[in-house]
Amino acid sequence: MSSPVCTILKREWKAYFNSPVAYVFIVIFLALAGFFTFNVSRFYEAGQASLDRFFFWHPWIYLILVPAVAMRLWAEERRTGTLELLLTFPVTTAQAIAGKFLAAWLFVLLALALTFPVVATAFYLGSPDPGPIITGYIGSALLAGAYLAVGSLTSALTRNQVISFIIAAVIGLFLLLAGFPPVTDFLYQVAPAWVVETVAGFSFSAHFEQMQRGVLDLRDILYFASAMAFMLLATHVTLDNRRTK
Amino acid sequence: MNAAPELWSITAFGEWGGRPELRMIKVSKLVKNFGSRAAVRDVSFEVNPGEVLGFLGPNGAGKTTTMRMITGYLTPSSGRAWIQGFDVAEKPVEARRHLGYLPENAPSYGDMTVEEFLSFAAAMRGFAGKEARQRIGETLERCILTSVRHQPIETLSKGYRQRTCFAQAILHDPPVLILDEPTEGLDPNQKFVVRNMIRDMAKNKVIVFSTHILEEVEAICTRAIIISAGQVVADSTPAELRKQGSLDQVFRWLTTSADIGGSAR
Repeated sequence: MSSPVCTILKREWKAYFNSPVAYVFIVIFLALAGFFTFNVSRFYEAGQASLDRFFFWHPWIYLILVPAVAMRLWAEERRTGTLELLLTFPVTTAQAIAGKFLAAWLFVLLALALTFPVVATAFYLGSPDPGPIITGYIGSALLAGAYLAVGSLTSALTRNQVISFIIAAVIGLFLLLAGFPPVTDFLYQVAPAWVVETVAGFSFSAHFEQMQRGVLDLRDILYFASAMAFMLLATHVTLDNRRTK
Repeated sequence: MNAAPELWSITAFGEWGGRPELRMIKVSKLVKNFGSRAAVRDVSFEVNPGEVLGFLGPNGAGKTTTMRMITGYLTPSSGRAWIQGFDVAEKPVEARRHLGYLPENAPSYGDMTVEEFLSFAAAMRGFAGKEARQRIGETLERCILTSVRHQPIETLSKGYRQRTCFAQAILHDPPVLILDEPTEGLDPNQKFVVRNMIRDMAKNKVIVFSTHILEEVEAICTRAIIISAGQVVADSTPAELRKQGSLDQVFRWLTTSADIGGSAR
């Protein structure tokens, strides 16, 4: 079986590994995750058999690294003119978006899976509760998907990859900080509570935190799923607009 | 088939007699505005089986825009286009199944080898296994790419890259071929090769190609459309145009009078 989605997915996957992007991303991701967990959060010294200190950093690492994975998705195709080729094959725009997005997501998930030594360390040193570790990984995977969907949209908006990267990082930062306690505490002083709560409701932070604690709530999953669906739909609209002008 | 019935009657009953809808392009009143600028204004034509249509015009006349609307890459401001009886706007996937397209500047994925790129195109067209391998092998040979099949496309010269993209367009043996400046930027030998490929395929396909090289039109086209400032200013055979003077003169005469409204793309 080779549906167009699969064909595009495979091509994109190979494109990551045909360039240094894949290796740079994986090495930096693992190095940063290790550095923050062990050196900044003092994983060993804390003496707790849990991965809180590991997952805590994921939103911040993704904030910088995931837009770098997503920025080439559409911007590169537009710059080189291959978008015209891709979209005049017998495929729908939705299939092209799905193939590209899934390739990028699987790629980030590969990097995430390679953090398994951290889990192994925790189990070697103590006996952590596996529940929060599993939900933490699920949450981290969904979080990465949401960041990627944002990056897909910003990549479709421009043929300049640098601009795509910056806008994606800024949107990501907003979605992160909107629910970040130091920021919300400040906002409560300047805006009505319902405004702050509405804005905070859009934030990645609260939903991801729930999952780190081991709570797998359908609402959090729905939140991430709808964030991805919305961004990919916006990608579709953006690509269609380019054709209509 | 849900081909528009009115298309059938106007087709010449030649080789494809019983099923004339099998080889067709029809374009009806295509208009494209970019903001306030009209790039294409009211272009209509039909291309029948066995015809090689040369699409001529100065730079910025609307050739590429028209071709992009036929392939469905650009949505027209108004008007419609059909490939093989399938409305490009309503049935884009079906229409494109019957289409081979060489976009302007022959884009391809530079990080892939020629063979990987053609495998990708074959998979996108739904070919797998032995059939895909056979088609790729044949196409490589036909486009004289066999010797570079394992090279990354970005390391190849312009002529090879052009033919690689060309190969992608003919891999699935489509009944309709649209080629946007297939010989642009090639050296005389490479031009000769590409022209011969077009002529070889002409017998059983509908081919539309754009160019601004006039002798190319005389050499391979059965019909020429001259477009200027977004409008069709001539639709005839090269021989017929010839009667009014050299093709050069006719081209200049037809396209400079309307050029006041035209501008660079």
